[in-house]
Amino acid sequence: MSLSLSRLFVALGAGLLACAAQAGEVQVAAAANFTAPMKEIATRFEQETGHKLIASFGPTGGFYSQIRNGAPFEVFLSADDTTPERLEKEGVTVPGSRFTYAIGKLVLWSAKPGYVDDKGEVLQKNAFRHLAIANPKTAPYGAAANQVLAKLGLAEAVRPKLVEGANIGQAHQFVATGNAELGFVALSQVSKDGKLSEGSGWSVPAELYEPIRQDGVILAKGKDNPAARALIDYLKGPEAAEVIKAYGYDL
Amino acid sequence: MPLSELDLAAIRLTLELASLTTVLLLLVGTPIAWWLARTRSRLKGAIGAVVALPLVLPPTVLGFYLLVTMGPHGPVGQLTQALGLGTLPFTFAGLVVASVFYSLPFVVQPLQNAFEAIGERPLEVASTLRAGPWDTFFTVVLPLARPGFVTAAILGFAHTVGEFGVVLMIGGNIPEKTRTVAVQIFDHVEAMEYTQAHWLSGGMVLFSFLVLLALYSSRRFKAGLS
Repeated sequence: MSLSLSRLFVALGAGLLACAAQAGEVQVAAAANFTAPMKEIATRFEQETGHKLIASFGPTGGFYSQIRNGAPFEVFLSADDTTPERLEKEGVTVPGSRFTYAIGKLVLWSAKPGYVDDKGEVLQKNAFRHLAIANPKTAPYGAAANQVLAKLGLAEAVRPKLVEGANIGQAHQFVATGNAELGFVALSQVSKDGKLSEGSGWSVPAELYEPIRQDGVILAKGKDNPAARALIDYLKGPEAAEVIKAYGYDL
Repeated sequence: MPLSELDLAAIRLTLELASLTTVLLLLVGTPIAWWLARTRSRLKGAIGAVVALPLVLPPTVLGFYLLVTMGPHGPVGQLTQALGLGTLPFTFAGLVVASVFYSLPFVVQPLQNAFEAIGERPLEVASTLRAGPWDTFFTVVLPLARPGFVTAAILGFAHTVGEFGVVLMIGGNIPEKTRTVAVQIFDHVEAMEYTQAHWLSGGMVLFSFLVLLALYSSRRFKAGLS
């Protein structure tokens, strides 16, 4: 009796697995700064392809550790281009699958309307008490902010006023709550349909910092998953591009 | 030396923060614990619950509300600005204030237990010998509650050393000002500097174990919680 029951369960389980494989399912780890566009892309992707997309959002360094320790992610959308490259060297990605899915843009932003002029001269005046940036050691937007300050010759002058968020989300939080008068944040955090949604800002000219390339890659776990491949194709397509641009990224 | 200058600075800062917080907590926590131990007020349950909140709240909740209330538009922020102190986030003082909230139950609860364990009798005896309330408190209650104070101080200190979420949310990660050991470890892990992360993390594990070992091995701990 117990034997036949267990056989029944095995058969049921196998049936369920087969169904899941047919329906297609892809598990994605995505950079926290890409949360909003990714949710929109996920909805459209599911409607269009019938595949199911399970997304986790978080810090890139954290995902790196998880992936190295056997996390079940099949596609990784990083906040930078160095982490996917590193994973590729370590042999846990599908070779040749790496690509740039978005280019982040930096903006000097204040929650106060009229506080940041459209040339960023507020930085030179140095009348603020706190300038928020993301941690330059771990976050690409923080590293970019450091480059801007260095190019403007302000690195030394503003150093005592810098407050670092663990990531770009926290840097935004410091400015949004008014604890820092201004800060370098991702344009995608404060813009909607190409315009600032609140406060005031200076869109930092691209020549002042290295492009913030956000690379995606298929991980070894997604090697044989057609849904993973489909997602990458979708991300490279025109529909995804539209969404990505609308959220303040370049392509 | 596997620990960098910045690691050592973080350790120094953490010890300063925990020491100052513990002293303040004993000053603030003693009257609260005394009141909770002695009162028959209907508010006792509510105040006790408020004190215990940090035990169950995620540090992100505490950190978020502190960031908002101590910020320039928050009530505490308005007050500190009016007093000419500026705002508290991103300062060492801000971390101290946050830590006092965060570690409050770890100090108040052992003290309250110690005060309750003393009972009515010694106080009545003191009063028949014509000791005033202050006299009774300092010459009778404090010596009897000593084990409770030791437990409270050790737990308050250790818990503040281990604080992470709150510091991350209101600290701003400023070296030698707000970057504690826990944040420094987070930094190392995020930057994939696992060797340094291991040294600091291992140190934290050892420190926490030794503190708890000392606590659980001492008879005072049992007296403090009885």
